[in-house]
Amino acid sequence: MKIHNLEGLLKAKQRGITKLYPPKKPKLLVGMATCGLANGAREVFDFFRSKARATSWNGLVEKTGCIGLCYQEPLVDLVIPGKPRLTYNRVDLVAAEKIWEELWNGDIPETSLMAWNDTDMILLDGGPRKLHQGETESFMRRFPSYAELDFLKYQQHIAMRNCGLLDPDNLDHYIARGGYFSLQKALTAMQPDEVIEEIIRSGLRGRGGGGFPAGIKWRSCRKAKGAPKYVLCNADEGNPGTYTDRGLLESDPHSILEGMLIGAYAIGSTEGYIYVRAEYPLAVETMQRAISAAREAGLLGKDILGTGFDFDMEISLGGGAYVCGESTALMASIEGKPGEPRAKYTHTAEKGLWDRPSNLNNVETWANVPVIISKGADWYNMIGTKKSTGTKMFSLVGKVNRVGLVEVPMGITIREMVNAVGGGVPSGGEFKAIQTGGPSGGCIPKDCWDLPLDFESLTHAGSMMGSGGMIVMDQSICMVDLARHFIDFLMDESCGKCVPCRLGLKRMHTMLERFTEGRGTIEDLDEMKSLARAIQDAALCALGGSAPNPVLSTIRYFRDEFEAHILDKRCPAKVCKRLITYSINSDACTGCAHCSDVCPTGAIVSTNRKTHRIETSLCIKCGVCAGVCEAGAIEVI
Amino acid sequence: MITLNINGSVVKGLEGSSILDVARSSGISIPTLCHSGALEPSGACRLCIVEVNDGKRNRMVASCLYPIREGIDVYTESERVRNARHWILQMLVDEHPGSEKIREIAGAYGVQESAFRSDDCDDTCIRCGLCVIACKDVAGIRSISFANRGVKKEVTTAHQLPSPECVGCGVCLYVCPTESMERLFAKTRQLAATVEGRQP
Repeated sequence: MKIHNLEGLLKAKQRGITKLYPPKKPKLLVGMATCGLANGAREVFDFFRSKARATSWNGLVEKTGCIGLCYQEPLVDLVIPGKPRLTYNRVDLVAAEKIWEELWNGDIPETSLMAWNDTDMILLDGGPRKLHQGETESFMRRFPSYAELDFLKYQQHIAMRNCGLLDPDNLDHYIARGGYFSLQKALTAMQPDEVIEEIIRSGLRGRGGGGFPAGIKWRSCRKAKGAPKYVLCNADEGNPGTYTDRGLLESDPHSILEGMLIGAYAIGSTEGYIYVRAEYPLAVETMQRAISAAREAGLLGKDILGTGFDFDMEISLGGGAYVCGESTALMASIEGKPGEPRAKYTHTAEKGLWDRPSNLNNVETWANVPVIISKGADWYNMIGTKKSTGTKMFSLVGKVNRVGLVEVPMGITIREMVNAVGGGVPSGGEFKAIQTGGPSGGCIPKDCWDLPLDFESLTHAGSMMGSGGMIVMDQSICMVDLARHFIDFLMDESCGKCVPCRLGLKRMHTMLERFTEGRGTIEDLDEMKSLARAIQDAALCALGGSAPNPVLSTIRYFRDEFEAHILDKRCPAKVCKRLITYSINSDACTGCAHCSDVCPTGAIVSTNRKTHRIETSLCIKCGVCAGVCEAGAIEVI
Repeated sequence: MITLNINGSVVKGLEGSSILDVARSSGISIPTLCHSGALEPSGACRLCIVEVNDGKRNRMVASCLYPIREGIDVYTESERVRNARHWILQMLVDEHPGSEKIREIAGAYGVQESAFRSDDCDDTCIRCGLCVIACKDVAGIRSISFANRGVKKEVTTAHQLPSPECVGCGVCLYVCPTESMERLFAKTRQLAATVEGRQP
């Protein structure tokens, strides 16, 4: 249905509210973002759907996105009119069957119940919505509320305002939660310059890596001469372990579209592209459906909301090169050229895509825009720190108990992030370091874990904000091997255009490999630092320019580990194969022969049929034996 | 005219010129490999790197691409420039020991082969892409292009066979800074011979 003006938008909102909160029907919502699907959400969804059909159930089964609790997937929400929202975790088919049974019997299912929420937060337009009326029910005393969940307690969802709470394919749902009203406000009540002024005053900085003030970028693009102007969205999220953009694309695509529409109006653009990596099939499909729905509703195309503003956009698919997340390579790729960066001595704002004025922002930056327009710059810049306003999304992964997508106000410390939000390192481990900003970010050690998470502090510590990757590491990680691993990744992903990156990373990789094999010298360490500076200084693009970060930060904070490899020929984390030896403690060995059964090289021999021994010359240090030994007799030295 | 400082001396240049052009016409030498006055600069070899202060901050730029701006200070021999140039030459001379031209420039800046020297003396191509640009922009043909990326990147023809589009104009041979084209063509001919030999 076409939406021509505010009235149409309000009608869509009414429709959406009835769909989001059907007055008489219960609703089952299954989290169907990639994190849910990977854990079996599809089967659970199909199960509920088929049950509902077979029994002519008076309820609805719908899908939703990811609320961030990826470690609890598959998540299922039950929304019953007048009752709190109920969230069930790790719902497999067995649990789903029980939930269905209890529901069918007219009970409030308590199998796999994780938490309840009596108030849905609607950030835009309307404020909180009370779900629960009447007295406190008994399950509410026995199970925690959302507000009591440690994982959510410290978070503030702005970019993620709708994630996991609506069906990403349903435009009315989005409008019901205040969506597209910011666009309507910008188009009818604000001049383009006022929009830009608001974004500048909000202090919003680019969430893709550099942290450049978004409004200032917009202003340069508005002032630049030339037409058409392009508005671009960087959704080529390639950092291993980072999936903040994917979360938004799959869970709330319209928030990105709306942000881009507002940006286009402010800049004076009529065309846009979203550059999404093809490795995100669900994100691409969801985005495609969102674009079609917006176009059908007249929110993309000619004369949007009857204001005379025209804008349309399409998706451009990335072909799998990491470097295409770099702005100039991204634009080359959209133009159909090989994804190679070009020297950037003229700003993208003046000469970007097809040499026309262009404005590129990342997914999360765009998703923040409608909120700033709706609630105002003053509201926004109260959140976070003075120089890094607002919130930031992180994908918290690695050796941490609660893995997931989090959005916290800027300025909370790494310690709070790991311990309070993430629930600490799994038992048996101890926090060693955190890697932020993707492969070309840096590792920050425990000594610095009171560091606040904001742009300046992270850069000062030798890492960077990047697009919000956050990998927690414990004692089992060797920092030398880790640096080698990241350089290996970057060497593989370097486009090869400029010499410092193409050959510099190769040289660095060779040097690091020598360290892990105990063949390096202390002089090599200084050589490597000097080479790192040369690569930072001379590389053509940001990939090369930031590539030495993992090496420099690990040398800076973990020099003792490098020295152990070089001087003592020892790997303290017992990871580097050339520097470790496997042996069997004959006192502990029970002679069960499990180890010799699995050893792929026949390196384990039985001595007098009682205990076993490892023939070191045959051992390839794969560690399979240690994995099967129940007596814990296999030692690594 | 635009006025700027290079290593402390005042020089002038036409708007739109690069630092490299202005420096060279003022008698200040900056080493280059992938620069050809006849083609669009690509800034691949990075040997022409210089340090620029634009009044706000210091940054390292490729002088072949950076357009001169009023009042900037350019340093062609700063510590950072020397370090970057040293490493670029070090890696080039180690990776492409077969190239006379690279050894010559490296020697002029006191850079010798190191323990990391490659054994492959055949690979002298520095992947600057001048040949690819020349074939496209001068000959208008595109019979050669890049394949693969990163350390595996190479200049080649379609299917690595002699290109039927190639008119033999020789512009690629002319622009190649390290005289590597002969080897590329020899390789394609060799592969063609192997492929033909296998046909029934």
